[in-house]
Amino acid sequence: MTLHADLRVTRGTFSLDLGLTIAPGEVVALLGPNGAGKSTALRALAGLLPLTSGHITVGESTWDGADEFLPAEKRPIGVVFQDYLLFAHMSALENVAFGLRARGTRRHEARAEAARWLGRVGLDGYAQTRPRSLSGGQAQRVALARALATGPSLLLLDEPLAALDASTRLQVRSELGRHLADFGGHTLLVTHDPLDAMVLADRLVILEDGRAVQTGPPAEVARQPRTDYVANLVGLNFYRGTASGTEVGLDGGGTLTIPRPVDGPVHVVFPPNAVSLHAERPGGSPRNVWPVTVDAIEQHAHTTRVRLDGAPNVLADITTATLADLRLRPGDALWAAVKATETHVYPA
Amino acid sequence: MTRNRVRGRLPVVLVLPAVIGLAFLLVPLVGLLVKTPWTSLSTSLSAEVGEALRLSLICASLATVLCLFLGIPLAWLLARSGLPGRGFLRALVTVPLVLPPVVGGVALLLVLGRRGLIGEHLDAWFGISLPFTTAGVVVAEAFVAMPFLVISVEGALRAADPRYEEAAATLGASRWLTFRRVTLPSVLPGVVAGAVLCWARALGEFGATITFAGNFPGETTTMPLAVYLALETDPDAAIVLSVVLLLVSVGVLAGLRDRWISGPT
Repeated sequence: MTLHADLRVTRGTFSLDLGLTIAPGEVVALLGPNGAGKSTALRALAGLLPLTSGHITVGESTWDGADEFLPAEKRPIGVVFQDYLLFAHMSALENVAFGLRARGTRRHEARAEAARWLGRVGLDGYAQTRPRSLSGGQAQRVALARALATGPSLLLLDEPLAALDASTRLQVRSELGRHLADFGGHTLLVTHDPLDAMVLADRLVILEDGRAVQTGPPAEVARQPRTDYVANLVGLNFYRGTASGTEVGLDGGGTLTIPRPVDGPVHVVFPPNAVSLHAERPGGSPRNVWPVTVDAIEQHAHTTRVRLDGAPNVLADITTATLADLRLRPGDALWAAVKATETHVYPA
Repeated sequence: MTRNRVRGRLPVVLVLPAVIGLAFLLVPLVGLLVKTPWTSLSTSLSAEVGEALRLSLICASLATVLCLFLGIPLAWLLARSGLPGRGFLRALVTVPLVLPPVVGGVALLLVLGRRGLIGEHLDAWFGISLPFTTAGVVVAEAFVAMPFLVISVEGALRAADPRYEEAAATLGASRWLTFRRVTLPSVLPGVVAGAVLCWARALGEFGATITFAGNFPGETTTMPLAVYLALETDPDAAIVLSVVLLLVSVGVLAGLRDRWISGPT
């Protein structure tokens, strides 16, 4: 019962063209910047938006296709919306029981099942509580219970952690991971937060401007980004170029020396903490050295990130001690150095 | 008043007309209460008054129920259906608001009268004749009062977030179940406010009622009609009737206002 979707939606100047396959039990994260078409894809899978063309099939049944359209209420789905959309005039229990009642379960059984689900998400004492009296984390769990209670075959999560504050988020994320591991259906997680995607998903699909630009397991995507957006998400310096032996001529200007000889178009990445900054041109072991000027300095938790202009531009993470030594200010001229062995090269 | 000290004196240009406007609205009501023959009140409250009051309350309530049954679906259609020409329909619905009630009564007679477009068939096929009956009063009142309900409910529906209806759909709810269990409860304050306005308008309805339903004591003589008739023969009775009508409507409005009308839940 694998889900196959070829989602094509055209709205004005925006077009979504996304192929998607989700195996039973698999969690796929759709990751992308705002306006990339993530929500459009989710709404199409939910049946809230018909496809312009393409298809959605789950096993033998067609949800959307050339001349078939199964409306949302007929699809075996559960959706957790970004702001949960819990019904304000119903108690937590009635919210969870709603889907069961709508699908024909008797009142008594629906309420008993809903109570079990509230227990499963750790909200035993909250059956009669109205949504507005729940904390953000509790409301999120009610929304998850409501989506899962009907035993859907496809679970759609729309930025499920975006509305939570940082401390709640950590806990709710790990709980969500546990529930997703228990869930045997297909899961699509829509998010713009790489951490949510990395922790919760088995596979990432990176969506930019309506197209999938990269898919793969989180570890692979994190190691070998294919676009600037992904590299930025996973925090790597990322360059496109053409290799000839151990020299890579970069598309944006400049050259880098790499550890092993290759030929042809490649991507080169290295982490910002592999970059060292020097006031004078350093000598020594085989490495890349080039002049740069300081563009901006940002303080992160334990390090300082410096944006540097040069050929190529580069991000460097330095310690506070180095920062103090160099007395950095925007506009300062420096030398950046990266050992060839710190770079990771893979075919474009 | 800290605010006045900061912002300076209130401008006379605004305050003076405001005070006159307030007086204009309140003085006639005060005059009515001053002129009421309170001592002979009980003797003036004859059986006829009781009958007219009872008829008024029943007809206004029935008209409100009729408006709820027809008006809520109509408001839903205008707010949610995506029907082409909704703007035009919305304008049509508000016509009875601006139409002189007497004209409304004439129009009802032309359509539902014994020789009317539809009334003819109602009479011939079912033996039903609406004009000059209590049912006719209800129809006339509903005709005039329904726009108040439709506008109020439609406004509430348009303000309600349609994504809740999408959430209900993803949970497997049909549009009817969604309407009943999700949409309607969320716009309940708007429905109640609309129903109260509708009821108050129906209670005071005069022009369309007397035109379409005539004036038959015990059958179609509602309070406003009784007031108007009494004014010619027995002014004191007219005052008493007016005061009773005033107290009933103000009482109902005040009773509901705290619970429902003062704002969303």
